[in-house]
Amino acid sequence: MGYHEPIFLGVFLPVVMLLYQLCTKKLRPWILLLASYVFFWSFSRYLVCYLIGATIVVYVGGLLLEKAKGNRKKWVLGCSTGMLIGVLGILKYSGFVTENVNALAGDTLLPPIKLMVPIGISFYTLQGVAYLVDVYWEKYKPELHFGKIALYMGFFPHVLEGPICLYDNHVKELWSGEPINGENLKRGIMRITWGLLKKMIIADRLYILVSKVYDNYRTYSGLVIVVAAICYTVQLYMEFSGCMDIVIGTAKIFGVTLPENFRLPFVSKNAGEFWRRWHITLGTWFKTYIFYPVSISKPVKKWNKFATKKFGKYVAKLGVSAATLFPVWLCNGIWHGAQWGYIFYGMYYFVILLVEAALEPIVKKKCVGPVWDGIRMAKTWVIIFTGELFFRAERLSVGLSMFGSIFKGFTLQTLWDGSLLALGLSIPDFLCAFAFTILVAVMEHKKEAGLDYYEKLQEYRTPVRWGIYYAFIFAIIIFGAYGTGYQKVDLIYAQF
Amino acid sequence: MEQILEILNEIDDTIDYENEKALIDDHILDSFGVISLVSELEDAFDITIGAKEMVPANFNSVEALFAMVQRLQEN
Repeated sequence: MGYHEPIFLGVFLPVVMLLYQLCTKKLRPWILLLASYVFFWSFSRYLVCYLIGATIVVYVGGLLLEKAKGNRKKWVLGCSTGMLIGVLGILKYSGFVTENVNALAGDTLLPPIKLMVPIGISFYTLQGVAYLVDVYWEKYKPELHFGKIALYMGFFPHVLEGPICLYDNHVKELWSGEPINGENLKRGIMRITWGLLKKMIIADRLYILVSKVYDNYRTYSGLVIVVAAICYTVQLYMEFSGCMDIVIGTAKIFGVTLPENFRLPFVSKNAGEFWRRWHITLGTWFKTYIFYPVSISKPVKKWNKFATKKFGKYVAKLGVSAATLFPVWLCNGIWHGAQWGYIFYGMYYFVILLVEAALEPIVKKKCVGPVWDGIRMAKTWVIIFTGELFFRAERLSVGLSMFGSIFKGFTLQTLWDGSLLALGLSIPDFLCAFAFTILVAVMEHKKEAGLDYYEKLQEYRTPVRWGIYYAFIFAIIIFGAYGTGYQKVDLIYAQF
Repeated sequence: MEQILEILNEIDDTIDYENEKALIDDHILDSFGVISLVSELEDAFDITIGAKEMVPANFNSVEALFAMVQRLQEN
């Protein structure tokens, strides 16, 4: 029951809305909690016990943290976060570890392990750790109400793919039990429709080309690989941000405002800016709970002072950058999955961000003005497309092989000699994906500039407004990739 | 307050600190600027800035920084 599937949008969500609206204010949050566990059960069956177990650890850990003092407090934090991360580690990474130990030993030292991983574990684990650390830092008091913690951990719109929420920003709306009102309902449905348009018209169409090239990567080389990497980047953005539109819209119906996860990532002029605009809530989590604690740790502070005096600010900053970015990007890579390809992906950005930090003084002085902005943006696109080429590859060796293939038989003729039309998409498919990508880019730029589409639509007369609604609905029905001949495309980020 | 302004200007003198109210939210002061700022503030005011203080609200303006320093000095 993915967020984009008819069973979720046509059955599950309307039933939850109806039950929610019929219940009293006090009961409504419990309806959301029950719906969340049903939703989780639909994917993971008995693995829902992991979510419940994590919720108990977070709840009890929070209460114990308030009572504990001094070293005991650190111990409670270590144990509770250790349990959450330990379960994630065992379920997600034990197979990877045993496989690599056996490969190193050249023998079966450890029995191969393949454990069932509950969907969404990487997301709710980070939320649980954030809550415990915040309580440890005394940002807020621990929650006494078990239901509130349970809903924070398992709220069905964000449990699969995020956005990763922080407890203090989230819980008040989550447990308010306010009735569904007309404005929230309309805003929610508009946002869901927008997400469906991105996923079904663009992402699911490009999936065909991307799968064909990646599944038969040995057959292709040169510009075809470049086109596949670009198409995958667009597919991933439309898929993930489209899914975020659907979940943000769904939560909005119940009066819950979830944090945004994307803000025009492709206008970024460097990789650092890209990561402030792409998967924002994950970046914020890493910044708050890894980057800053490491950066103000004693050794890093000592280095900063020593190096500033001895070698100057520039060298000190590079040293601090290396020390703080390395754990962040190692964790980022590992978080995405137990594969060397993901670790490579993390290290790829670590190196690029370090180079950007090294070049920053020159770039700030010399690379100024609109022409330079365009060049820097194009350079960032190359960085993003290259990163996503490895990110999509099944294994690191596949990514390296595909990257190497780009330079074999690279010719611009590929663009018009019909090679691209042998990848599963016709000319109308390419035109459709291109036209809607432009539409998404223009509309999201306007939104970012402050245009509220809901408010804007209210200014129009009813027939015009409904004409626009129908135009979007029919666009999805006519141009959406579904039905006979199309393969069902699962949500990409749900697998993490 | 003036001492904080001096420290900020030493880190990056191209920013109009007196009028900027969203130094972190608008990415005017980058992460490494914040790290240097923490070290300088700790030395200048004999305080310890812990990880829990590392939130945008404490670093968004000179006034917010001043309030944080005062609070930590009182503790």
